[in-house]
Amino acid sequence: MPSASSPPSQAPIIAARGIHKHFGALHVLRGVDLVVAEREFVFIIGPSGSGKSTLLRCLNRLEEPSAGSITIDGTDILDRRTDINAARRRIGMVFQSFNLYPHMTALGNVALALRKVIGLPRGEAEARAAAALERVHLADRAGHTPGQLSGGQQQRVAIARAIALEPRVMLFDEPTSALDPELVGGVLQVMRELREDGMTMVVVSHEMGFARAAADRVVFMADGVIVEQGPPEQVLGAPLHDRTRAFIRQVERH
Amino acid sequence: MAWDDFALAFFSLDILREAWPILWAGFVQTILLSLTVVPLGLAGGIILAVLSTVRHPLLRWPLMAWVDTFRAIPPLVLLVFVYAGLPFAGLEVTAWTAVAIGFFLNTGAYYGEILRAGIESVPGGQMEAARSTGLTRGQAMACVILPQAVRNVLPDLISNTLEVVKLTSIASVVALPELLFQARQAQSVTYNATPIVAAAVIYFLLLWPVVRLLSRLENRQLAGRR
Repeated sequence: MPSASSPPSQAPIIAARGIHKHFGALHVLRGVDLVVAEREFVFIIGPSGSGKSTLLRCLNRLEEPSAGSITIDGTDILDRRTDINAARRRIGMVFQSFNLYPHMTALGNVALALRKVIGLPRGEAEARAAAALERVHLADRAGHTPGQLSGGQQQRVAIARAIALEPRVMLFDEPTSALDPELVGGVLQVMRELREDGMTMVVVSHEMGFARAAADRVVFMADGVIVEQGPPEQVLGAPLHDRTRAFIRQVERH
Repeated sequence: MAWDDFALAFFSLDILREAWPILWAGFVQTILLSLTVVPLGLAGGIILAVLSTVRHPLLRWPLMAWVDTFRAIPPLVLLVFVYAGLPFAGLEVTAWTAVAIGFFLNTGAYYGEILRAGIESVPGGQMEAARSTGLTRGQAMACVILPQAVRNVLPDLISNTLEVVKLTSIASVVALPELLFQARQAQSVTYNATPIVAAAVIYFLLLWPVVRLLSRLENRQLAGRR
């Protein structure tokens, strides 16, 4: 269903249709359609094993869907002739466990793809990396290695690593799940600022409060399908399906 | 008297002075040989280790057979086989080329297994993160995975390198004039064991700093694990 709540409804920047994914005998995604408008902030929730992370990882082809089509910013992601590395530059991704390169400084982490993928000379890459660190409020930590940073700071460096490439969309895979509670706020703040700057974002997360406050649309997934979706006040406030109700009750009890 | 005979046979300064130019030439050869076979073996090892991350059955089985074969054949046998066998295949090889090939096969297989373990010790999320920023598989390997892999298995790499440098002495069987070969030449000319003792001392002085470094690295890794 075309979501009536989508803001400035231009042509969709993400259009994933009929996505199936099998892991051996496991049918993890069973025909998922996800269409995201430019500047839209979509929140995907659902119980573990519902396929939400797999869906996200299909969008930049970290997982190869078994069937379906994905177009992002006009590029057919699943076409064999597509230069996937060029496409990934425009699709930023942030992981649950940060995945920073431990042998490099924060600056080095952010600058690597600027040098190797875009081909900037070292000085220019580092200047742009420093600017990206500034945006996540970690300019003063540029010389620190990941081991010297808190989890929250590491995740913000990971966000800087992605946004330094000036992506058209950002994918967040449970960005705060591995963080101590007191470190979550800083990461959400950075995400809020990204949203204010007009970034299109798809977030898999259990931060219901954040979803209520900031999301344009909440998508509830279970058993490899989208059960329902709509504005947060509808999906989280007055869900139509029992599965959704049960899930929200369970999550909010904590 | 017995002691004098012993000292004369093993620690004669006169003999040492006489044999020194020969030994020195051998030492230089051993250094050059090591500087050839260690990088060659490392290069072979990196190729094998990186290929082993491609989990294609068409690649996997030949790779395994390759590594197993060249780890199971004694390096001395391999060297003689290359040196004496290749001419029958129509390939004349010099002693130096034979040694380079033999070490590439043997040492490469060992370095390959060490580096493979190193690559496997790097969490899968590292490759995913690198690829998600648009790095190619090769770039991610070179800039993200291998540096961490090498760091994780550095003591094993150094330990293997020690073995390789010591193993260059087998080049003497194909008459390559490295340190041991030269020492034995000197021994047979002088009828005296002093050159052999001198060769042992030279090997020791060459490798002992590396052995110390290795111990320190191993201790640090043990401490890090605690």
